[in-house]
Amino acid sequence: MSLHDHAPSHAHEEGHGDGHATHHPNYVKIYLILLVLLVISILGPELEIRIVTLVTAFGVACIKAWMVAKNFMHITMAPRYVLYLVATTLVFMLLFFAGTAPDVMKFSGTRWEKTPVAHVQAAPHGDAAHH
Amino acid sequence: MSASARPIATTRSTAGMPTGRLAVWWVIASEIVIFGGLLGSYIMFRLSHDSFAAEAANTNMYVGAFNTWVLLTSSLFAVLGHKAAEEGNGPKAAKMLYLTFGGGLIFLLVKTWEWSEKISHGHTLSSSTFFSFYYTAAGLHALHVIAGMVIMAIVAQTAKRNLELHRVELIGIYWHFVDLVWIFLFPLLYIAK
Repeated sequence: MSLHDHAPSHAHEEGHGDGHATHHPNYVKIYLILLVLLVISILGPELEIRIVTLVTAFGVACIKAWMVAKNFMHITMAPRYVLYLVATTLVFMLLFFAGTAPDVMKFSGTRWEKTPVAHVQAAPHGDAAHH
Repeated sequence: MSASARPIATTRSTAGMPTGRLAVWWVIASEIVIFGGLLGSYIMFRLSHDSFAAEAANTNMYVGAFNTWVLLTSSLFAVLGHKAAEEGNGPKAAKMLYLTFGGGLIFLLVKTWEWSEKISHGHTLSSSTFFSFYYTAAGLHALHVIAGMVIMAIVAQTAKRNLELHRVELIGIYWHFVDLVWIFLFPLLYIAK
């Protein structure tokens, strides 16, 4: 991409260094949809059915997040570079989760068992020093 | 600022977008890793420790929902500010940013009240693992809200004079990300009980 050796001449150009005007959807309509989704995420857990809670709370959160990213942050209109950048960080996040989850979430395995913290604290200090 | 004195980073366009916008996306990418790591750790503990459910029962879903509504509304103002800036209407963009700022302020006031109540009931940072996560995640998010508000006030000052209007979009992208993080914090801390 070439360098612009002069300042944009007016405000409109300033906003579009990439030479493309942002398409502005009906933001109020999107906002109202987000509010409806918020109400669903509040009412869903009131039914106290686990699967309904998961879908209405976390499923709806994912939809809301995508709506904000797409319509307010205009992520789909940004160069592909941005999508790859964000996707890479999300993959790193999943790698972190996959790498550490067994250590946190499993309490026993083949020839090992996690010692509860209370038991470690209850043991005499001398024991810990000797082992 | 005259055209010749303008910093090159402001006018240069790399990677198919203005440098400023590129920088904001890089900030967001690093924030995803920070919040992702924190929330990922929380999910691991939440799924493997039943005691979290009992502790989570102490959070008030309606307060969290109210704050979600506040942030969503402030995001609407932020994006309307971006639209106004693209239309070259600096004063209107500044007005929208001030309204967004107000949303952030309400959010923080509610959070302050909520935290005071929790602490007075003995739920402190060190009272349980759940509340350690609760204060760390919500506190880190609140710090981002404060940072966004400070930057927004500065951007609004220049936008009011029809200057540097491209910055309105940049602070808007950051603010939407802060809203987006809360969209996930809300069900994790307030709904899943």
